[in-house]
Amino acid sequence: MSRLFLGVIFLLVGWSVWAIDTGRAFEDDEMQARYVEIISEVRCVQCQNQTIKDSNVQIASDLRREIRRLLSEGKTNAQVFEFLVQRYGDFVLYRPPMSGFSLLLWIAPGLFLLIGGIVAARVISKRMTMPLDVDDDEIDQVAS
Amino acid sequence: MLKFVVPLIAFGLLVGVFIKGLDPERDLKKLPSPFLGKEAPHFDLPRLKVPNERISNQAYDGEVAIVNFWATWCVGCRQEHGFLMELSRTSDVPIYGIDWRDQREPALQWLSQLGDPYVASGFDADSVTGINWGVYGAPETFLIGKDGRVLLKHLGPLSRDAWENDFLPAIAAAEGNQP
Amino acid sequence: MIPEVGHFALILALALSICQCALPLLGAHRNDQAMMGVARPAAVGQFVFIAISFGCLTWSFLQSDFSVLYVASHSQLSLPTAYKISAVWGAHEGSLLLWVLLLAGWTVLVCRYSSELPEKFSARVIAVMGGLSFGFLLFTLLTSNPFERLLPAAADGADLNPLLQDPGLAIHPPILYIGYVGFSVAFAFAIAAMISGDLDQKWARWTRPWTTSAWLFLTVGIALGSWWAYYELGWGGWWFWDPVENASFMPWLIGTALIHSLAVTEKRGLFKSWTLLLAISAFSLSLLGTFLVRSGILISVHSFAVDPERGLFILAFLGIVIGGALVLYAWRAPSMDSEAGFRPVSRETFLVLNNVLLVIATALILGGTLAPLFVELLDGSKISVGPPYFEIAFAIPMVPLVLLMAIGMHTAWRNQAPKALVNKLRLPAMVAVVVGILIPLIFYGGTSVMLAVGAIAAIWVMLASVIDPIRSWKRGAGSVALTRGAIGMSVAHFGVGFFVLGVTVVSAFTVEADRNLRIGDRENVAGYEFELRGLKNTTGPNYQALEGEVDIYKDGDFIGQVRPQKRTYLVQKSPMTEAGIDAGWNRDLFVALGDPLGNDAWSVRLQYKPLIRFIWLGAFIMALGGLIAASDRRYRLTATQKESVRIQQGEPA
Repeated sequence: MSRLFLGVIFLLVGWSVWAIDTGRAFEDDEMQARYVEIISEVRCVQCQNQTIKDSNVQIASDLRREIRRLLSEGKTNAQVFEFLVQRYGDFVLYRPPMSGFSLLLWIAPGLFLLIGGIVAARVISKRMTMPLDVDDDEIDQVAS
Repeated sequence: MLKFVVPLIAFGLLVGVFIKGLDPERDLKKLPSPFLGKEAPHFDLPRLKVPNERISNQAYDGEVAIVNFWATWCVGCRQEHGFLMELSRTSDVPIYGIDWRDQREPALQWLSQLGDPYVASGFDADSVTGINWGVYGAPETFLIGKDGRVLLKHLGPLSRDAWENDFLPAIAAAEGNQP
Repeated sequence: MIPEVGHFALILALALSICQCALPLLGAHRNDQAMMGVARPAAVGQFVFIAISFGCLTWSFLQSDFSVLYVASHSQLSLPTAYKISAVWGAHEGSLLLWVLLLAGWTVLVCRYSSELPEKFSARVIAVMGGLSFGFLLFTLLTSNPFERLLPAAADGADLNPLLQDPGLAIHPPILYIGYVGFSVAFAFAIAAMISGDLDQKWARWTRPWTTSAWLFLTVGIALGSWWAYYELGWGGWWFWDPVENASFMPWLIGTALIHSLAVTEKRGLFKSWTLLLAISAFSLSLLGTFLVRSGILISVHSFAVDPERGLFILAFLGIVIGGALVLYAWRAPSMDSEAGFRPVSRETFLVLNNVLLVIATALILGGTLAPLFVELLDGSKISVGPPYFEIAFAIPMVPLVLLMAIGMHTAWRNQAPKALVNKLRLPAMVAVVVGILIPLIFYGGTSVMLAVGAIAAIWVMLASVIDPIRSWKRGAGSVALTRGAIGMSVAHFGVGFFVLGVTVVSAFTVEADRNLRIGDRENVAGYEFELRGLKNTTGPNYQALEGEVDIYKDGDFIGQVRPQKRTYLVQKSPMTEAGIDAGWNRDLFVALGDPLGNDAWSVRLQYKPLIRFIWLGAFIMALGGLIAASDRRYRLTATQKESVRIQQGEPA
């Protein structure tokens, strides 16, 4: 069965709900930028795989409203994320937490670069002492 | 040399993980509640039936209670309603409702037509309470202990199975801890 | 009747696949010509029957035969004919049939173009592909039969998902699958080599064009998917690091590593076991992708069927195929050694770094994609891993890769004098730094560290890619006529630079604005003015739409009109947004209708996306490079002709 991408129901609970949600959320450039940045990282918990910025389902717009409220109360980005995680768990953020198992995710790039660097160095140093003029296979393979 | 077996071993482990991941019991849509074992969120809402009165979590302070988020547009809520009616008659545990993202008129009609299993229902029109409880799809049912902690969260229509296998044991354990 | 014919044809194909797999393998082992001779006819026969089956399914769609469950679920009487055809592969069962058809197609190509391969080797290759076909056919027939009947037949179908009713569906899956499935050839070549124990430079030369061809299709397929998502989904993004997107990208990354590793193996006989592992991994990742998409194990917007039982079957198949290959690997790889060496500054070194960085990128993406699954199995908690992670994680190995790429392609095999390298690249490097900082500043009014790095890297690669072709074209001193392999490499690398430039600029300078517009209102976004001229109702063949007419002006001049729509499809009743896009080579202007606000006002999302077309153009240029390289003469000539060509033209890239 194919799955629908956009939400499930178009709830027209009242046009006022939509009006709040559109146009610029904040006059202040910096707040607006923070707002957009935040909603780009929050997952729409009801959708298949979408941010609340790009989803139009009810819960996405409710969450956007709450985030606007929190920002206008002066909360920091971290506090906004904390608010959401308290209620919905880590699942609601597309940025995995830097604790527990997912800390491994954040260590991985640096760690892999390190390991890769060591592997490359070993290969190169092994080969730099070997003859340059060999390239055709001279070692007979085991024929079956 | 050992290093040539590493890919095979790593692949084997991966397959093991996938086998576990295919377990049909797994429900990708179910989010475990971060409130499990912690103090339940508070709420303070106008009552559905008596708009100038309010209902809050104070109402069930000190007793085991069920909080059920419902709405008239929600198919699963209609499905579980009959069972909730039965519970309201047979079980000692009070059921409090929160009418989530709904409209008053249809909600009142619903209760009068289908019956009202709730001690009282709060009217959460704009989902502020819903968000505070981490609700994302109706119906959702919470079991609250005597100390106000969330003992269980059930997503989807409350079934007899879930009631007997999950709720009853939890209620018994909670009731058993008499001061 | 026709569906039954189609069904029966598949069963016949299954029988042939058994012959195609078992007999040539046995024959190669026993040196039995007759048994090995079964391979090609069996493969051709299999292709014919699968094609018949595919034809029957297509016919059922064209005839709107709603007594076939699959047709009834994914089509409708008023569905335009073009979509009736593409609906064939629009869902799980049909897309599997497409997969199997393409696998048979690649096999037939291998039959056709393998005349210079030793008989035993080609017999084994075709046999392995027959075995793969057997697995997929069995899976189709047992769990995903597209010809299952729906009785009594439905009066009208449930319609194709509106999101899929688009030309994108006609081309994206077939081309993508050609790439995915094409890696099975390199896989089969690897298995054949491991069975016989022979892996030499000749083997690498044979494998390369097949790998490059599959790779180029995968490149185009992924680019088309990205483009389609961009204009169809209505929010202006072009990549979301969704699990299914990642599933298609990982084989591409490893395929790229494989192409480069094959170069070393062909040239110097080095890294044979590593190349083998990559060849196994590329197709394994294709299979893994199939598993992830069809088993319901991960949440994704692209998921096909959510069916753990099917998932188990695919997993079992995966286990046997990949597990078997890795057992062979553990057995044979230790004996594949080489005594060749190279100095620290050499093309070999750069290719080692290339492979290391690509593998790191793949591992990071795999880890991020599977992490939610791991965490859930560990302690039941759910996390999400999305763009905030992937963008950082992917950039970390990729930035060095792009920077090193420019140098690597000018480095000689075995030993490169660093001075000559510096002399050759000094000027392009300086130009790249200057241009990379200036372009964003001049054209877009800003810069930042990330932006500068990206722009410099992009220009650097593009310049480095054209040095040799330009010199060759001018017949300058010290240049040799470039082989197609070398030209292809330059073109493909240039494409990478092009792509990076597009990504860098669009990420840094996209302007996105949600606005309220009443008819007659104008809004200014990024120097362009958008005016809502009107809204009207229109109808399509199977939908009703509200269409907005939005005029776009710049500096007072009229640029164009776009018509974003909100469609409601009649059968599925789901609302869909069609964006209105004014496309240009250097920018897109993107308009999507939001929701009605009352008082004749509408919320509208307006976007300015500079250089976004460079992203897909870059990918197409990469694919073009692959095409040129794969058609190099040395792959098509016989052994003696090759020798004389080699002497004339200098060494292959």
